[in-house]
Amino acid sequence: MSAPLRLAVPRGALFGETLDVLDGAGVDTSEVRGDSRSLIFETEGMTLVTVRPSDVPTYVEAGAADVGITGKDVLLEQSDRPVYELLDLGFGRCRMVLAGQKGSDRLGESQRSLGTMRIATKYPRIAERYFESTGRQVELIEVKGSIELAPLVGLSDGIVDLVATGRTLKENELEVREEIVECSARFVANRVAHKLRASEIDELTAKLREAIRR
Amino acid sequence: MIHPIPPGTRDVLPEEMRELRRLQTALLGVFDERGYGEVATPALEYDEVLTHGGGRGDHAAYRFFDESGDLLALRSEMTVPIARLVATRYGQAEPPLRFCYIAGAYRAVNPQRGETREFLQAGVELIGAPAAGGTVEVIEVLEAALDAAGLSSAVIGLGDADLYRDLLSELGLGEEVGEKVLARLAAHDLVGVEEELDAAGVDGGGAEAFLALSQLRGGAEVLEQARSFGAEAATRAAERLTDVNDALGSRTGGRRVQFDFGLLRDLDYYNGAILEVYDPAVGRVLGGGGRYDGLMRRFGLDLSAAGFALNLERVHAAQIEERRRGEGGR
Repeated sequence: MSAPLRLAVPRGALFGETLDVLDGAGVDTSEVRGDSRSLIFETEGMTLVTVRPSDVPTYVEAGAADVGITGKDVLLEQSDRPVYELLDLGFGRCRMVLAGQKGSDRLGESQRSLGTMRIATKYPRIAERYFESTGRQVELIEVKGSIELAPLVGLSDGIVDLVATGRTLKENELEVREEIVECSARFVANRVAHKLRASEIDELTAKLREAIRR
Repeated sequence: MIHPIPPGTRDVLPEEMRELRRLQTALLGVFDERGYGEVATPALEYDEVLTHGGGRGDHAAYRFFDESGDLLALRSEMTVPIARLVATRYGQAEPPLRFCYIAGAYRAVNPQRGETREFLQAGVELIGAPAAGGTVEVIEVLEAALDAAGLSSAVIGLGDADLYRDLLSELGLGEEVGEKVLARLAAHDLVGVEEELDAAGVDGGGAEAFLALSQLRGGAEVLEQARSFGAEAATRAAERLTDVNDALGSRTGGRRVQFDFGLLRDLDYYNGAILEVYDPAVGRVLGGGGRYDGLMRRFGLDLSAAGFALNLERVHAAQIEERRRGEGGR
């Protein structure tokens, strides 16, 4: 008998809804919900490991987790990691957008007079593909947090970032200029596990599909 | 004094070399016993020859000019060079022809991923033996090779290369839309496949059947299930695979075979049966292959063909991982 299926659960913004959906699919998440500092949780027939959302593709690609849940934004940014994207779980909905300062034409001005724009982002690969596909030259500035600050202090002309409610943008006097892609939480599987543990993964996929329909 | 080597390349030291050599000897023993003669071809070929392979996978990542200005390239695999060799040197020979090799191949990689620019492949090519008999022989050689490597839990996924091309044209989708769907499917992005099919106006039932088919994998029972979709392409693929299964059953092979209607290979010279090798001890594909009847035609020979290649370094890693698991641990 092989080891129980190992599932990577994203800590952070998707954590709560991920656990709700797993509950709906009959996975016992009560221990994960406790305030234990543990990172590994054994439940009936399944092992849950909690990791950063952006690390989920890493664990799943390597087979250290057989399946996982993470945002489409993470999958797009790490599209070179081959994992099976099995299901759109529907929650954690947000948009990847290009935003600029409210009432300012700085983005357009840079484009017209310099032929390029300076864009700050945590998602350099998504941003690069987007501007390339729309035939524009940009200088990408990768920052790790508080992207909204970059245009305010002149680090960049605009930002590419994930927007859920738009409140953070508003509070920083920024506005959405272009929508790049819609994102939501996805259920993913390791390529080999998907073949070799087909019935377990298919069963979990079906249960998750059922859980999000309710 | 440190003198660096390019990322994605490596030196092999005696301890590992001994193990790799032992593995190579075991594999060559299996190939030789079954009448596959070892060949070597140049690592450098004319770029034009390698482009015969075509496909989504880049046929050659490293190209350069020689002293007379000809464009050369480092091979990315051995099937195309061997097809060239057969067309040139064995055009008049009586088929079937059996060749094997252990050779370096070169691809562009993401070195931080543990992928290597230069990697060793061990494989066979069976030329002039049509389906299903030829396919079955190749599967049997592969099973014996996995036995010889000591990979007791490795599995061979067996699928059909024509399935999705046929299915997309059956759904009445044009080439452009079809390519988009195939690209999503090749990226294993089922959510994206559904979106593309929806955008192309395929109705819910058709899209659902398409997705369910791509998830159909398991023992011989899935061959029956594939026919139940009512799609002609699926039925034809199931028939071809059933022929292989019957031929396997009448011999001793097939223990490791799992059928997989979701299988896609990234080289477009394949047709009919395609295969991939997995081991539960490692999260990566160990090798692959299939039928490539069309490739020989591109080289001017009307001969059917099939073969496989194993990534030796990954097989070696799987050996070590299986051993660790045998000693306990996950």
